[in-house]
Amino acid sequence: MSNFPYKVVVGLEIHVQLCTKTKMFCGCAVEFGQPPNSRVCPVCLGMPGVLPVMNKQAFEHSVLVALALNCKIAEFTKWDRKSYYYPDLPKNYQISQYDLPLGANGFIEIPLDGGRTKRIGITRVHLEEDAGKNLHTAGNFSQVDLNRAGTPLLEIVTEPDMSSAAEVRALAVELQRMVRFLGVSVADMQKGHMRFEPNINLVITKDGSEYKTPIAEIKNLNSFRALERSVAVEEQRQLDEFLETGRVMGMGNKTTRGWDDAEQTTVLLREKEEAHDYRYFPEPDLVPVEMNERWLNDIKAGLCELPIKKQMRYVNEYNLSDYDAGVLTAERSTAEFFVQVVDAGGEPKRVCNLLTQAGLKLANEKVCSVAELGITAGNLAELAKMIEAGTVSASAGNTIMQEMVKSGAAPETIAEELNLMQKSDTGELETIVDEIIAANPKAVDDVKSGGKKCKKAHGFLLGQVMQKTKGQANPQIVSQILAEKLN
Amino acid sequence: MAKKIDQTQVRKVALLSRLELTEAEVAEFTGQLSAILEYVEKMNELDTDDVQPLAHCLPISNCFRADCVKESLGTEKTLGNAPQRDGEFFKVPKIIDSV
Ligand SMILES: [Zn+2]
Repeated sequence: MSNFPYKVVVGLEIHVQLCTKTKMFCGCAVEFGQPPNSRVCPVCLGMPGVLPVMNKQAFEHSVLVALALNCKIAEFTKWDRKSYYYPDLPKNYQISQYDLPLGANGFIEIPLDGGRTKRIGITRVHLEEDAGKNLHTAGNFSQVDLNRAGTPLLEIVTEPDMSSAAEVRALAVELQRMVRFLGVSVADMQKGHMRFEPNINLVITKDGSEYKTPIAEIKNLNSFRALERSVAVEEQRQLDEFLETGRVMGMGNKTTRGWDDAEQTTVLLREKEEAHDYRYFPEPDLVPVEMNERWLNDIKAGLCELPIKKQMRYVNEYNLSDYDAGVLTAERSTAEFFVQVVDAGGEPKRVCNLLTQAGLKLANEKVCSVAELGITAGNLAELAKMIEAGTVSASAGNTIMQEMVKSGAAPETIAEELNLMQKSDTGELETIVDEIIAANPKAVDDVKSGGKKCKKAHGFLLGQVMQKTKGQANPQIVSQILAEKLN
Repeated sequence: MAKKIDQTQVRKVALLSRLELTEAEVAEFTGQLSAILEYVEKMNELDTDDVQPLAHCLPISNCFRADCVKESLGTEKTLGNAPQRDGEFFKVPKIIDSV
């Protein structure tokens, strides 16, 4: 075991697939799960003599993300060819942006424990085209599907400002909800809409000197869990390797490693940097993009309150816990629906509970968002008020919400139909309480005598009343009546 | 005059371009590429201190298209020119590593 103090240094390279209807430079549809090689044309097939034309929506989506990441937007940006010799991009180059990215020098705030945040620098944001997919078969060949080739892909590079696996995960989650809030990506990691490649090394202090371990880049991460685990595992591996070999960072000793999810380990993919000889040069088939103030202002109009700001505001304005506010702001439509319900008179904490408990469960079942369940803000506010007033119990509230999704009826109607109204009518309840008191002299004595058994006996009598009313009595009111009668 | 490019560089470029060259070709291309670079170097005689690098030879910018779907070729046409296919896929030599 090492007693040497060390720091982990992590930067991320992130690819986000933009949710445009068509590809970056041709009109082929971007659709997941289509028959192989069915969404391909001469442009994305790299036929000689074809000309790519920029998708304006993709460019504007990219600028919007760069703005949300507080980047400086380039007034002049151009396209470059990156040499790339793999069959999944048949042109033998990828159209990308090399020396003039559309956005640079920004930052993102990420949430840490206890409501704290940390600022992570964004080095650059640029737009490029995605490659197709190679499928590896059992035989001695590979299959290629070019449906994805040419899909608009946003590349975001962070500064090496993250210093733990948890921070890496926090950034990934924050970026996911940010691009979803902005409506520029579906950002589903399992479908490869978002790909994270961490660059990791350690700064180890030994005998008064600092040693930097060689940087490793990790690929093949398709879940937040894999991303976080891979950083933690690689941290330990680099520490062990340094203790064993003393190897430090040097020219050309950056490696590429792949994540093996089954083994929970990283494996060496590429040792040498030579494979990265991309030989960029300006793309002659595409003219540059010049940004002007008016266009930039039009794009800026698409910005919204970012999720982390919204989360902090919900904590302050609605008195919610950081956790609850985080769940509500995971999705923009849920966050906005919450406000509509509160504005319609629902008590914030009650509304939050309904949305994050029954609401999310129902939405998961129906594979839609909470806002799309078909419940109106007015009806949900009404339900929250009923729970607040004790007209229905919190658990009955969940049942009623389920019915509201099914029938679209008002909560009162459902509560009456299903007999879920709590009896809060003191006159009626007093009669029942009297009956129970008369029938249970032993428990009544225990309550009256005080001492250890008092609380238990009170609970027993309350339970009897609830049973008699088939759970429809308001337990708080029954408890009050019992206390009054027995003291 | 010293060669602008030597045989080692030609071999490296050939490797990166996935080209297989004979020894005779390496020698021949080293000479040819050097001659091209020497010719282009003539431009260094110009004073370009106050000249912006050229991003494109046409004096225009912002040529966009709307995000509207156009019909694709379809799988059969797409695979029409493929040297080898495997069902609806292109069939290629096994890929060991990808970028
Ligand atoms: Zn196409």
